[in-house]
Amino acid sequence: MALQRTDVEKIAHLARLGLGEEELASTTETLNNILGLIDAMQAVDTTGIEPLAHPLEATQRLREDVVSEQNQRDAYQAIAPAVEQGLYLVPKVID
Amino acid sequence: MQWETVIGLEIHAQLATQSKIFSGSATTFGADANTQASLVDLAMPGTLPVLNKTAVEMALKFGLAIDAELGMTNIFARKNYFYPDLPKGYQTSQMDDPVVGKGHLDITLEDGTVKRIGITRAHLEEDAGKSLHEDFHGMSGIDLNRAGTPLLEIVSEPDIRSAKEAVAYVKAIHALVRYLGICDGNMAEGSLRCDCNVSVRPKGQAEFGTRAEIKNVNSFRFIEKAINHEVQRQIELIEDGGKVVQETRLYDPNKDQTRSMRSKEEANDYRYFPCPDLLPVVLDPATIEQLRGELPELPPQKCARFQSAYGLSAYDASVLSASRELADYFEAVNQVCNDAKLAANWVMGELSSLLNKDNLDIEQSPVSAAQLGGMLLRIQDNTISGKIAKMVFEAMAAGEGDADQIIESKGLKQVTDSGAIESMLDDVLAANAEQVQQYRDSDEAKRGKMFGFFVGQAMRASKGKANPQQVNELLKKKLEG
Repeated sequence: MALQRTDVEKIAHLARLGLGEEELASTTETLNNILGLIDAMQAVDTTGIEPLAHPLEATQRLREDVVSEQNQRDAYQAIAPAVEQGLYLVPKVID
Repeated sequence: MQWETVIGLEIHAQLATQSKIFSGSATTFGADANTQASLVDLAMPGTLPVLNKTAVEMALKFGLAIDAELGMTNIFARKNYFYPDLPKGYQTSQMDDPVVGKGHLDITLEDGTVKRIGITRAHLEEDAGKSLHEDFHGMSGIDLNRAGTPLLEIVSEPDIRSAKEAVAYVKAIHALVRYLGICDGNMAEGSLRCDCNVSVRPKGQAEFGTRAEIKNVNSFRFIEKAINHEVQRQIELIEDGGKVVQETRLYDPNKDQTRSMRSKEEANDYRYFPCPDLLPVVLDPATIEQLRGELPELPPQKCARFQSAYGLSAYDASVLSASRELADYFEAVNQVCNDAKLAANWVMGELSSLLNKDNLDIEQSPVSAAQLGGMLLRIQDNTISGKIAKMVFEAMAAGEGDADQIIESKGLKQVTDSGAIESMLDDVLAANAEQVQQYRDSDEAKRGKMFGFFVGQAMRASKGKANPQQVNELLKKKLEG
């Protein structure tokens, strides 16, 4: 299954990635190489094998429900491009 | 044409944990912007989520309460979409293997019939932050305090057939999560939010019509209004030859209408995949049995017990068991006065109207259960009549003390001394000699109304304190004699 250039444009838009003309071509090629590998793997007979949610043979450790974080807003906001009244400012997006 | 409405609901309940689902940040409502947003919540590179044990246990309690299949191995997945208040660019949620699978909940309809609503699944996920679009000179302000708050998304089957059923279902879920202590149920603060999937089809048709999703309807009243409005819109659209479009709509309570949120349509491609940052969550059967043992008595069981143990009607029992706090209050009153029907009448009557008038929760009641029970004892032993009790109740609500103190200090003790009542009645009859003569000249049919006049005069003369039964008996004797 090969991706068309329009597929890549759509995926890039959903992720809000701005791809230039050249990047669009190279990204399409790179993604198709990955999908080619997946196609090769699809050819393997997996009858009776449970799909794997995670490659590690381990299960999730759980955390006790305890507040362990302090307020460090000033430190975090020192690197933000725009801040006002404690809020991070971003270009307006309304849905 | 006859139309049938088909409704399925998605309810998001914020779980009442101390810390977030994947980080150790606090979840307190109303904190200063971004003071409860840590590196994990801000999606800083290099951070990893660690799952909150209590959030999982709360989800499991819900699953046990709705008799659901539990996901003994459940998996977190990424739901990808772009929005500024979702800093990672995806919401960590569950897709194929949720923590809670198929279950059900019974609701009681207005006519008393019980209907079983299927619950497809309930899964754990994180809440997003909040965007503020006003007053930032063309920019949006982002507060990430809410980002990462644990949510349980409860998805119903399309089993609901009217706006009223939808409200009954949401109320039942609301009561259940509060009984379980897993969500505070505060809809005004967004702790419980509801999305309604609504479609219509000609009555008798097997396949569903195209549905529209109404987002974030945040009160019981708005759920009913929003659904009724949407049903009407769809029927008119189809009858005028149009077609319902599958889309997300927003309810505007001020205008009582829904409007399309068109920009969301193109984004409806969430590209789910298993989250590589979180391992499969494997449940331990011993933990589940322990949680099962910790479940409190739930609304349906309590409602049944109130009927069998106290002889309450199905309606009274369902009202009193609707919230755990109200049920506890009622039982505390009953413990004092040992008369369940009297206790039920006062809790559902005078007490509820007092609370409604001042917009108070039962926990904020100015009259304690012990005080109300104490007053009911005085009705039972004939110290006061039901009418005087209302005065005593008001005085208790105004903080004037216990019933006994108020009865004493205001001199409200009922007069049961027949000698005293008789002499009071003699005075009344003497003062109304003309009416007495009219009464005696009248036939039986007319006397009823006139008798009421004398009772009224007598009760007024005694300032309501004379025992009403004695007044009735003695008055009859005197008028006839």
